[in-house]
Amino acid sequence: MTEKKDTQVKKVAIICAKASIEDVYATLVMANGAVMEGMEAKVFFTFFGLDAITKKQMNKLHTATVGNPGMRMPGGLPFPTLLGAIPGVEAGVSAMMRSQMEKLDIPPVDEFLDMITAGGGEIYACKLAMDMFKLEKEDLSDQVSAVITIGDFYAMAGGEGSQIIFT
Amino acid sequence: MAQKTIAGVNLEVSEEGYLADPTLWTEEIAKEIAKEENIELTEKHFEVINFIRENAEAGLTIRKIGKSGIVDIKGFYGLFPGGPLKISSKIAGIKKPASCV
Repeated sequence: MTEKKDTQVKKVAIICAKASIEDVYATLVMANGAVMEGMEAKVFFTFFGLDAITKKQMNKLHTATVGNPGMRMPGGLPFPTLLGAIPGVEAGVSAMMRSQMEKLDIPPVDEFLDMITAGGGEIYACKLAMDMFKLEKEDLSDQVSAVITIGDFYAMAGGEGSQIIFT
Repeated sequence: MAQKTIAGVNLEVSEEGYLADPTLWTEEIAKEIAKEENIELTEKHFEVINFIRENAEAGLTIRKIGKSGIVDIKGFYGLFPGGPLKISSKIAGIKKPASCV
């Protein structure tokens, strides 16, 4: 018999590469949940995930109404893909989703980032993706600590009880 | 459920040390639980604790406490380091919060 040894999670390093509401919020809830539990949290936004920390985009994120099999009409009927392709539908559905979240006391993205950093969490932007999308540090939320490489991020992700999560 | 004597009172507590009956809570009990968490309670702590007790029924989030006007989120983390919502709830004598935000 081997003795079972549990190592508690003490630190999470989370990487977000997508801009949809669900991917960004999964990232933010996990990061905030970690600091709430007294754990360390570091978040790295890359590729389309940069939208979540770009001032102009962060509070206007969308969810996909086309090619999203989880999408349903209110009431539970399937959501026809062709309906999702009509201009304005995606924006409407996304606005509805954001208002539902507000009712559950889930904050908008900018406020969520404030909460995470207030609890000691750290937010980083990917240098490579910034260059690709021609973004400058000034375009990003003030809560972003630094623009770094993935190597820099790995360097701060180590230690006993630390986990790397990709959303 | 377990029995525990806190500040001279025999109380029923959960496995993690949350009071089973919030109505039995006193400031003395709060001080004793806080001591176990290595926190010396100040007036500011009690302001937050009272807010938590008054709003426990409605469900608490860190965001709500940040908007209470008593303390901002950073200050809340400072008062109850290492898991503010859970630790403050335990000291306030309410059930363990089931909130993800």
